Amino acid sequence: MSIKEFISDITALTNNRPGHLLQTLYEIQYQYSCIPQQAIKLLAEKLSLSEAHIHGVIGFYSFLHDSPRGSYDILISDSISDHMLGSRKLMDSLCNKLGVMPGIPREDGRVTVDTTSCTGMCDQGPAMLVNGWTVTLLDEDRIKNIVKLIESNTAVELWPNEFFQVTDNIQRRDLLLEDESYNGDALKSLINQGGVTILEQIIASGLRGRGGAGFTTGLKWRFCKQTEANQRYVVCNADEGEPGTFKDRVLLNTYADKVFEGMTLCAGIIGATEGLLYLRGEYRYLREALEQILQDRRETGLLGKNILGKEGFDFDIKIHMGAGAYICGEESSLIESLEGKRGIPRKRPPFPVTHGYQNKPTVVNNVETFMAAALIAVHGADWFNTAGTKESTGSKLLSISGDCERPGIYEYPFGVSIQQILKDCGATDSQAVQVAGAAGFTIPAEEFNRCIAFEDISTGGSFMVFNQQRDLLDMVQNFAHFFAHESCGFCTPCRVGSSLMKDLVDKVQSGHASQYDLDEMRNIGKLMQTSSHCGLGTSAPNPVLDTLSKFPHIYEQHLKQTDYEPAFDLDAALQEAREITGRDDAGAHIGTKS
Amino acid sequence: MSTGKTFKLDGKTIVFEDGDTIMDAALRAGEYIPHLCHNPEFTPHGSCRVCIVNVDGRQVSACTQPAMENTEVDNNSDKIMSQRRSLLQMLFVEGNHVCPGCEKSGACQLQAVAYYTNMLSPHFTHFFPQRSVDASHADTAIDFNRCILCELCVRASRDVDHKNVFAIDGRGINSHLVINSSSGKLGDSSFSASDKAAHVCPVGAILPKHQGYDIPIGERLYDKQPISIVGDVAANETDEKQKDVEP
Repeated sequence: MSIKEFISDITALTNNRPGHLLQTLYEIQYQYSCIPQQAIKLLAEKLSLSEAHIHGVIGFYSFLHDSPRGSYDILISDSISDHMLGSRKLMDSLCNKLGVMPGIPREDGRVTVDTTSCTGMCDQGPAMLVNGWTVTLLDEDRIKNIVKLIESNTAVELWPNEFFQVTDNIQRRDLLLEDESYNGDALKSLINQGGVTILEQIIASGLRGRGGAGFTTGLKWRFCKQTEANQRYVVCNADEGEPGTFKDRVLLNTYADKVFEGMTLCAGIIGATEGLLYLRGEYRYLREALEQILQDRRETGLLGKNILGKEGFDFDIKIHMGAGAYICGEESSLIESLEGKRGIPRKRPPFPVTHGYQNKPTVVNNVETFMAAALIAVHGADWFNTAGTKESTGSKLLSISGDCERPGIYEYPFGVSIQQILKDCGATDSQAVQVAGAAGFTIPAEEFNRCIAFEDISTGGSFMVFNQQRDLLDMVQNFAHFFAHESCGFCTPCRVGSSLMKDLVDKVQSGHASQYDLDEMRNIGKLMQTSSHCGLGTSAPNPVLDTLSKFPHIYEQHLKQTDYEPAFDLDAALQEAREITGRDDAGAHIGTKS
Repeated sequence: MSTGKTFKLDGKTIVFEDGDTIMDAALRAGEYIPHLCHNPEFTPHGSCRVCIVNVDGRQVSACTQPAMENTEVDNNSDKIMSQRRSLLQMLFVEGNHVCPGCEKSGACQLQAVAYYTNMLSPHFTHFFPQRSVDASHADTAIDFNRCILCELCVRASRDVDHKNVFAIDGRGINSHLVINSSSGKLGDSSFSASDKAAHVCPVGAILPKHQGYDIPIGERLYDKQPISIVGDVAANETDEKQKDVEP
């Protein structure tokens, strides 16, 4: 099929709606390993968009490219949890064996090897994506095999199945994961008891958003329902991008029916007919199975027209793929992305609950929140709010990775202490725990008596353990690079601040920083916290600020004993001269670190 | 048709209408809140963050924040001014802003706001990005070194000229202005010097060709009076134009 036909076909499916630009680009990328210029021209005509706008969308998403990546586009997961499992060494080994430089396609156009932000496989890393498909449990052996497969030009579909195995790794079950209700039970409750009663139950349950922000779910649904509109939307945020989080992956793999049931329940309550699941690109391998579940639900009367035979209860769900942008986990960016645009966070107010997708009232909730809501509809508010604490009712799924014997999914009632969790997952000799991901909190050993709860340590579920042998500065550096990479670039403090911060952390790590630089990091961090446009910018400096105050020694041991050290590295500036002259002896260097 | 609603801006009572942002009400009352990406003719953007103010303990951008009755807005404290200074310094080191060599010097809003906030040095480490100059158009040149990503040209071309000549590409620190044409050059686009987009740039990124230093340094917009009194570049340009056509 020619590219012209390919584009005609997919744009026809979506009635040439410009809002489908991102989904269309996503399909083209995986068909052609890039978005060719010819495709951009055709799309601009068909969708009535400017070519520059289309370039802008391609440039925003990490998985879209305007030049070819080759038959094999390999992205090594670059989360600190992958680093701890040896991903960097494996990546060097892969690059050496293939004869490529990171990020640059090989001359024969066969392969590109690069890094990508956390792929959500922290409990079975190091992980990578090949042409968008997840490969887990990398080791030297697997790398060798991958090299052979690439050099023999074996199609990815023919690679051994075990490379692509992703296990759930559920280690502890509680309220949600122990539930044994049937598909449709929540919707039956809705039809029997009515939307008003069920909404009251959800409010009474005290359920708060599981993505981390913790807004009361029932109130959000009520605001949305009360907003005058001819259309409302239900959106499930499955853009699980926070480094170290992978619980949505497990819920969508094994409990997707309950998640879709929660979305349908919400639709029935607020009066929505369309729902969208925003699935992060890294979870592409889940897509077909999810589509099948949606189809099964349509066929069993749990989706579509007149759900469970109730006249006028119409609702359906579409899956929308993300394309590599952490910021799209922010709900207003996610909506921009659903509309096919660059994922720039919107101004607030107005909030999505009144002006969301297509500017209509929209409920955006986390995967886990929808599942919890469905089960509350089945079992009632008391079943839920008798677990947990007064302000944080119910349970929370934690994604545990790092230095522990049993990484995986742990479901606990809220209020569980860090100490208890560490004991259960087999973590000994722990130096610190990073809770809530890169944007979260670094908890030192003396605070291990603190609890997981909205009123103490609030988290979307990421829980990474670091033992005494780890240099926490490696973690800080990884997060600083992560935020500089993922900043959307809209507002000054985050766009520039996150890059300045990254450079300063690198300066500390390379042994060139002084006390002055640490003060500088504090100032930049505070400015980002108070003046950024969205939550990414305000939370991006957290790992630096938290560790500067709680773990000052991890910085101080790297410092030069001077008040000030210039950013300009005289020795690095001589690199070009060294290359030209072919010299690399001591005399060709100036003032290298001792 | 005043609603009689008010808030306090640095202790002064400011009347506002329903739907006003803090910036709208302040501008109407003749009070200056430093800003770069805001231009009252366009939908507020809130990206430069230079207009941050403190409202009852919370920092917000004045250009996007709805005015609220009986709130206390701090616009001039040392803390706010020092944060604005840092934001401006970030903008200076992000691009290549060489004031002595820039035709816009003296009539540049970035420079004027920097003076207003007492910014004396760029402070941060320069990025020294490699950016180009696009002189392909007959009447207008673009120097990307000076672009501060305020998106005023993007908004003007989209909302007023209905041409969509400009867009933003890239992400994070790699975000950059791009031009909609087959070559990516302004000369091959539908841009015209009479477009609104040609007259909204607050810095020296989009400049008219065939004229230079018509007004000598020392006699330019911000050379005699600060921006808090003179106002925005774009507003003054409009005034100048109107003067030209008046008999």
